[in-house]
Amino acid sequence: MNKIEHSSELLGKKVTSSRRIRLRAQFELQSMVVPGLIFLFVFAYIPMYGVLIAFKDYNMFLGITESPWAGLIHFKEFFTDPNFVSVVRNTLAINGLNLLIGFPAPIIFALLLNEITTSKFKRFVQTISYLPHFVSWVVFGGLIITILSPTNGILNFILVELGVLSEPVNFLGEADNFWLILVSGEVIKGLGWGAIIYIAAISGVDQDMYEAATIDGAGRVQKMWYVTLPSIMGTIVIMLIFAISAILNTGFEQILVLQNPLNLETSETIDTYVYKTGLQQMRYSYSTAVGVAKSIVAVLLLLLANYASKKITDKGLF
Amino acid sequence: MIKSRGEKWFTIFNTFVMIVVMFFMVAPFWFSLVGSFNEGLDYLRGGVYFWPREFTWSNYISVFSDPTIYNAYFVTAARTILGTILHVLFTSLIAYGLSRPSLKGKSVYIIYIMVTMFFSGGLVPTYLLYRSLGLLDNFLVFIIPTMFSVWNMMILLSFFRSIPESLIESAKIDGAGEYRIFAQFVLPLSMPALAAIALFTGVGHWNSYYDTLMFTTSESLQTIQLFLMRVVTDADFAQGMSAQAANLVPEQAKKTSPETLKLAMMIATTAPILVIYPFLQRYFVKGVMIGSIKG
Repeated sequence: MNKIEHSSELLGKKVTSSRRIRLRAQFELQSMVVPGLIFLFVFAYIPMYGVLIAFKDYNMFLGITESPWAGLIHFKEFFTDPNFVSVVRNTLAINGLNLLIGFPAPIIFALLLNEITTSKFKRFVQTISYLPHFVSWVVFGGLIITILSPTNGILNFILVELGVLSEPVNFLGEADNFWLILVSGEVIKGLGWGAIIYIAAISGVDQDMYEAATIDGAGRVQKMWYVTLPSIMGTIVIMLIFAISAILNTGFEQILVLQNPLNLETSETIDTYVYKTGLQQMRYSYSTAVGVAKSIVAVLLLLLANYASKKITDKGLF
Repeated sequence: MIKSRGEKWFTIFNTFVMIVVMFFMVAPFWFSLVGSFNEGLDYLRGGVYFWPREFTWSNYISVFSDPTIYNAYFVTAARTILGTILHVLFTSLIAYGLSRPSLKGKSVYIIYIMVTMFFSGGLVPTYLLYRSLGLLDNFLVFIIPTMFSVWNMMILLSFFRSIPESLIESAKIDGAGEYRIFAQFVLPLSMPALAAIALFTGVGHWNSYYDTLMFTTSESLQTIQLFLMRVVTDADFAQGMSAQAANLVPEQAKKTSPETLKLAMMIATTAPILVIYPFLQRYFVKGVMIGSIKG
């Protein structure tokens, strides 16, 4: 009897001490994670709350909570602003072109890269193609400006020498060219980097399928079309979802570098407009309302894309 | 294998396309490099593309005669080094905590974190927040808001989960606490992932001009990219730099023009990236792959 009591006492002690160890471990784990949660509360959730100023007349001295409500007046102001049509048009056009050209380009590049038979040449091309991704937009924009320069840019030099142009053109000074220049720049900068994920997907394709296709008499282009492309369709769809959900969120830095007073008509997008009205003119409530309007348009586009995708391919994002 | 005629044409076509693509990627750098080594007024006459016509170092000497550029380099280097180290430590610590099955409240935490990937406050509310925190025009604005990234955390999370549980359990039996397990076992095992993330973050810091433009005003906090941004987009600023050089190094400045100074400045800004590029290349493909497993 005595003995049994004694041993259960021991067991009890053991239980409490192992619980203490577990509690300590749990405390340590929580102490790793909680600072991150606090960080997100401050730097992500508080700004979300700050969106309220779009519906208020923000007053610096009163703060967000105390500032008087203004209803939808800032939204109305934006919709009736003379810049409204061009700003929205530019945003949609630039992002649309980016999706239309910038999305398939890396896929085509990856497919062609896969067809290079000399591995040394292939590696060389890859190394070169990643490089622009690591260069800042300021430098890359500077390079574009240099090439297109009306005084000593090489493009003007070539076009004039060939007789295509009678005299040099200030490409970036003409509003008509801006979309094309910007999107070409983005495609070149992102081509190699965007292709990595597809190259990885291609390297995972079952080699037996290629052999089977060869026996069936398929050429290289046919194999590319009927074997490689369907095999990486899953990756393509995932990347498309990412691209669509990030739509309207791309391209502030590049636009600001290439923008100048002469091309403002086609280069002013919602993001640059928010920056100018918000931080430069300090119309805090108004520019926040513009930003909110952008988010609403983005959600509508996503729903529209989803609807179209369901109609066409029977597959939707949600 | 015998190649058919069509296949041969395809190979030729493909090689041609690749060469054209590479030309478009490399040529702009080459033209700018050539221009930056050319005499300034001579460059303005045009036609200097493939090789300098009148070679000179003057553009670089003039660019580096300006003390502001050293300050800009220093600020940029400081934010890159400090920002990257803190980002990797903070983000990986959170990722490790979340990767442990014994963590309580994990599913709530994950939802709480994921929400921030889809919703954000936008520029002005962020700006107002920074102002009330005293981060505006403060060096810390480069460091603190960039300490954590949900995307990088997800990459590390999936990497940490692939570490065999038995390893961590055996360390626990030896009496190691979570922090020691993290520092002595998990971090050393995760070097490839950590290196990839450190490199991405470091390049991001070096290349960023957005936050300098938005949240700082004083010249002492100007980063190299913002300095270049002003040179590239503001003709008056480039003129000013040229005039400054004429004051500091008059002999050298005679052989420059605002245009060639701009080119030299562009190359000087990119040079550090080009120097570490070979090291970068070893890691970033791996990094993207780790990310893609998650996706």
